Amino acid sequence: MAVKQLSVFVQNEKGALAEVLKTIADVHVEIRALSIADTNDFGILRVITDNNDKASLALAEHHFVSSVTEVVAARVDDAPGGLAKAVDVLQAADINVEYLYAFIGQSKNHACVVLRVNDNKLAEQTLTNAGFELITEEEITNL
Amino acid sequence: MEQRYYQKDIETMPYEQMRALQSERLVKQVKHVWDNVPYYRSLMEKKGITPEDIKGVEDLHKLPFLTKDDLRDQYPYGLLAKDLKDCVRIQSTSGTTGRRVVAFYTQHDIDLWEDCCARAITAVGGTNEDVCHVAYGYGLFTGGPGLNGGSHKVGCLTLPMSSGNTERHIQFMMDLKSTILCCTPSYAAYIGEALKERGYKPEDNSLKAGIFGAEPWTEAMRQDIQKSLGIKAYDIYGLTETSGPGVAFECQEQSGMHICEDHFIAEIIDPDTGEVLPEGSKGELVFTSITKEAFPLLRYRTRDICVLSRKKCSCGRTLIKMSKPMGRSDDMLIIRGVNVFPSQIETVLLKEGYTPNYFIEVDRVNNTDTLDVYVELSPEMFSDTVKEIAKAEKKLADAIRLMLGIAPVVHLVAPKTITRSEGKAVRVKDKRKLHD
Repeated sequence: MAVKQLSVFVQNEKGALAEVLKTIADVHVEIRALSIADTNDFGILRVITDNNDKASLALAEHHFVSSVTEVVAARVDDAPGGLAKAVDVLQAADINVEYLYAFIGQSKNHACVVLRVNDNKLAEQTLTNAGFELITEEEITNL
Repeated sequence: MEQRYYQKDIETMPYEQMRALQSERLVKQVKHVWDNVPYYRSLMEKKGITPEDIKGVEDLHKLPFLTKDDLRDQYPYGLLAKDLKDCVRIQSTSGTTGRRVVAFYTQHDIDLWEDCCARAITAVGGTNEDVCHVAYGYGLFTGGPGLNGGSHKVGCLTLPMSSGNTERHIQFMMDLKSTILCCTPSYAAYIGEALKERGYKPEDNSLKAGIFGAEPWTEAMRQDIQKSLGIKAYDIYGLTETSGPGVAFECQEQSGMHICEDHFIAEIIDPDTGEVLPEGSKGELVFTSITKEAFPLLRYRTRDICVLSRKKCSCGRTLIKMSKPMGRSDDMLIIRGVNVFPSQIETVLLKEGYTPNYFIEVDRVNNTDTLDVYVELSPEMFSDTVKEIAKAEKKLADAIRLMLGIAPVVHLVAPKTITRSEGKAVRVKDKRKLHD
């Protein structure tokens, strides 16, 4: 059920991010969702694409360091408190959220959220039990 | 100002007489080493010379050199010239297991070393009425023990403060009216700032002089320290290999350091050819210990680049003077008083699973040396969180700190981003202005 996310180490210098994005674009891989974590020295670009294998191969050829991590994707209400409710139920189940980011799906009433948690299975179960709808990798690929 | 000497006869000895004393001691020392240090004997044999070939200082150039590599290879006992039962002390260089130098001392060696430090303290005006505040580290490092012993010999009230804990330094300095401060120049500058921050003016302390060494510093830094502490700041030179601080020291002229040449014969050589250069030439400083019993190094290459001068000094001392070191003939860095070789960092990287592609940046911020190490990240170490990278950086920084004794800041960078060079790699950028 979990969704695969590609993370790329990006040096904090001019043009580095552009080069990563261009490398992905050049092999015609589409980015469905994205977030960047940044520090003084470097950033981590996290993307969900329609073809992670192809993207990471291209990145490796260009000497970028990347890794694949499994994350949870779910729909939340596109209304005030929608995301808060999801985080709330996870917290109640004692699940740590390392980071999360949202992206716009095709439904008008829902936003999509990617969650990096310490226990994917438990998070998926908890969200499902609380009435949240999970998004599959296939769905994202076909967005 | 009235000139005071700790050992006037020696310190003002006419040159000819000094040279005769050196020759006599050198001949004896070469015999002692030949008889007791098989390693050096084999070096002499390789050059086809025996002790009979050394009749005086004029023959010094015939002897083989010793380098830090020899010391490392012969660790720990290979250069020892006395039975261990005759030795009473060990001191050691800061730094790694790989590059650590262990020096041995008999009680006589300690006495002579402390005499040298006593000369340095007396040369800056120290007497038994002074309170000598020793803020060099105590322990294996020679700074604390050396000045401590010298201070005792002069009869100063000695405060064995050791390094660190600035608050305590300030308290003792103000309450017990320290008059002479001994530490690294950067720590002296730091104390100056700390006093200012606490609202003290330079005239509020009782200090009159400082003896600062163990790391390179500039004339500009001297002026700053003199102003912030309201003192005269003097340079001191030494190395564990020959004894410790006190091998050379500044007098009130503040224009170079008098070498205790009754114990150490100094030469300047061309670092590339090993050829001895005439007085006044810039080159690598080489020392021959002519009085040490336990660890007598002959023609030890210090790798410090400087100039010797026998110009008459207004202090009355006839001892030859060396300039402040103007650089190194190897890649050793002195960071916060600690000797650092880039190769040590490389060793840690390989051990920790990194590639040997790294870059070192040294700077001085607020009078404290900083060490930044840039290392290429390997794909296996990367996950998706900042936390993991910070953890890896900390782990590597800890490993480097264990090796060097000083803490670096580690920055992991993307692979292939550290410039590869053909030929000799440029791995170090030293942004400090250490030499005038």
